[in-house]
Amino acid sequence: MNSVESPRRRFLTGALAALGAVPLAACQRLSTSEWFPQILNIGESASSVALRLVAGREAMAQEFSPSDLSPSFRSNGTAEPDSDVYRGLLAGGFADYRLAVDGRVERPMRLSLAELRALPSRTQITRHDCVEGWSAIGKWKGTRLAALLDVVRPRPDARFVVFHCADPMARDGTDLYYESIDLDDAYHAQTILAWEMNDAPLPVKNGAPLRLRVERQLGYKHAKYVMRIELVSSFASIAGGNGGYWEDRGYQWFAGI
Amino acid sequence: MSTPTAVQPPRAARGELYYRHALPVRVMHWVNVVALTILLMSGLNIFDAHSALYWGKSSYTGHGPIVEIGARMKPDGSIRGVTRVFGAEFDTTGVLGASRGPDGTLNPSAFPGWAMIPDYRWLSMARSWHFFFAWILVLNGLAYLAWSIGSRHLARDLAPGREDLRAIPQSIRDHLRFRHPRGDAAKRYNVLQKLAYLAIILVVVPLVVLMGLAMSPWADAIWPGWVDLVGGRQSARTLHFVGAWLLVAFVAIHVFEVIVSGLWNHLRSMITGRFRVPPRGLA
Repeated sequence: MNSVESPRRRFLTGALAALGAVPLAACQRLSTSEWFPQILNIGESASSVALRLVAGREAMAQEFSPSDLSPSFRSNGTAEPDSDVYRGLLAGGFADYRLAVDGRVERPMRLSLAELRALPSRTQITRHDCVEGWSAIGKWKGTRLAALLDVVRPRPDARFVVFHCADPMARDGTDLYYESIDLDDAYHAQTILAWEMNDAPLPVKNGAPLRLRVERQLGYKHAKYVMRIELVSSFASIAGGNGGYWEDRGYQWFAGI
Repeated sequence: MSTPTAVQPPRAARGELYYRHALPVRVMHWVNVVALTILLMSGLNIFDAHSALYWGKSSYTGHGPIVEIGARMKPDGSIRGVTRVFGAEFDTTGVLGASRGPDGTLNPSAFPGWAMIPDYRWLSMARSWHFFFAWILVLNGLAYLAWSIGSRHLARDLAPGREDLRAIPQSIRDHLRFRHPRGDAAKRYNVLQKLAYLAIILVVVPLVVLMGLAMSPWADAIWPGWVDLVGGRQSARTLHFVGAWLLVAFVAIHVFEVIVSGLWNHLRSMITGRFRVPPRGLA
């Protein structure tokens, strides 16, 4: 077929490609610019305001029946934290695990799994939506975050709940995963610190011993391997300052869409 | 179109310049062109983060995906693009699954870089583009609906009358023969045009927007369970994808018809509003 390609045809396809390449190159330059992504993020803010307005702060995520459960619940991100601290806890069956709760609270605490289980809990079958596009349905049981907050009593200036995790995201053991939610989500009825999945202890690949479920948001908000919960008035001074590991890498803090 | 050597026919013989498209229609049309192009290309980038489509409430139901685009490594280390549709497998190297980058090497990517914004896998940035221009499309669409109802554009120019509907078979024949209306008939949309525009405005675009919203876990909480009306979130994602390609098909036919019935005349009428009406009786 090569002989058929006349100079005229080559010119035409070349011209067409050039015509398309100009706006495409412009989009590429805009994506890597400092200012344009900030304009694009108006879309995120508008979605967040509109959805809170229409759905309401207390709207409940859909719950499913046991027949909807995914045969296997996919693990994404870290499947087993590469840290000596975590390996030590895992070897001991998490008997030495203590969840630290501190920051802007009246009563900072360290709680064992038994103490967490003694607090009011909730069981729910919900759908986990990954930002990549896939969904899986699982059954979760865990301590209601609202109940835990009632015990530690947030101070009036507490605005966000930050979850510090055990899994390092960098090979050298740094960049521990973290996430943050606001108090609307923290006190939401379906927001739990899950220690059970599908009626069994939470598997390591899904975040043992404790993971967050914040059902109206995408998967990356559901911090796994939670070690410490910190209440803050602002997350600007934590890591990259955007409220989460993926948020520091350009993902939206509001992950409700 | 005329060449410099041709003798210009007298103005009257060339047909009158008719004011065909009102300013709001022209502005909103071009806003749509930009928004839909960016939505499609950023959407293909988002799809690339998980290049499979499912039917149901989740992706892991015990049944596999209905469509899957991927790359497979050959024993010699080279890769090929593989597309599976309802279990049938196709080698789509070069277009789907694996395509050539600017340096000519094959890279794994559901869609080629030139079809995506940004032009390589960059999910967070693609989402920023997508959700910004989704707002533009929705606000533009709502403005269009309000204006079209208020100015009676919808009732006068788009709603087909009884005569229109009777003319459907003739209109199909005319389209197949590339016979385009002349005289007064050329000032109005033909019946197939009316039906196509109405289907896009009232069915396909609202469906694509709604199925996009269905993927939002927060929007799902507005009325828990509404997503099951279309089979669940993963079905909604599949319908969003199918709807997007219906829009591409519409645009392809639309642009084809514009080209065969007078590209410059139509372009001018969508920029200045003025359309030169082809006179009757001239071949």
